[in-house]
Amino acid sequence: MALDQSFVGRSYPPTDPYEVGREKIREFAVAVGDAHPVYTDPEAAKAAGYPDVIAPPTFVFAITFAAAGQVVADPQLGLDYSRVVHGDQKFAYTRPVRAGDRLSVTSTIEAVRTMAGNDIIDIRGEVHDETGEHVVTAWTKLVSRAPEEA
Amino acid sequence: MTAQIKYDDVEVGTELPAASFPVTRATLVQYAGASGDFNPIHWNERFAKEVGLPDVIAHGMFTMAQAIRVVTDWAGDPGAVVEYGVRFTNPVVVPDDGTGAVIDVTAKVAAKLDGNQVRVDLVATAAGQKVLGRSRAVVALA
Repeated sequence: MALDQSFVGRSYPPTDPYEVGREKIREFAVAVGDAHPVYTDPEAAKAAGYPDVIAPPTFVFAITFAAAGQVVADPQLGLDYSRVVHGDQKFAYTRPVRAGDRLSVTSTIEAVRTMAGNDIIDIRGEVHDETGEHVVTAWTKLVSRAPEEA
Repeated sequence: MTAQIKYDDVEVGTELPAASFPVTRATLVQYAGASGDFNPIHWNERFAKEVGLPDVIAHGMFTMAQAIRVVTDWAGDPGAVVEYGVRFTNPVVVPDDGTGAVIDVTAKVAAKLDGNQVRVDLVATAAGQKVLGRSRAVVALA
């Protein structure tokens, strides 16, 4: 089923703040096998010029993808999430995410189209901290694969 | 932010040290917990096969996280990454054979940009297949 083009440009309300914790960053860094001390040692982070430990570049996806859930689950849009695969992902950072950040995400639908029965949706998530400063923008392309022919 | 590589010391074509990252089922379970992505295609072989996959596959975001380590390890400061984008072209299939899979990553400087920034193009493969396409990062150097 072709997605409704009128959804292009639609924005969703900012999410409630996600508070970034040192231990959550540590858990993520361990899970991706990255021992860089700037992720786990506040003194190393300060020596590198940061107020606290910073998160690996892709850490913020967990936050922006949860926010994109507002879009994915919008019953008016009608995306079949059981058939969704992640097509593309991009981040543009103003600064690294760091422990103590309280991050809010505003999701906007940038494009929807249907190609060969696959529904494709591009979602932009703008991430701001508690002071309103921009931290990172995440672009996520989701592809809902066409059901196989019976 | 203090990258340890100097802009003046790199040329278009400069190769970054390549790296290989092993991934097993245990790795994926750990990543699922850390990232909150519990999609069963990343840990449940029966489910993965039911939806048409050859076996359990790694999270695309896990592969993306591995590939950028070639850049952050080279730059010395992960906060020096200004942009990073990938296309997920093929899944990393992770068999339950005690060995798992390996993600091989190479990268080189593709362009020198204004403001002491460079664009790095990455190539990530697993089992001889490209798993990330159009994989690019912009990094601020010293």
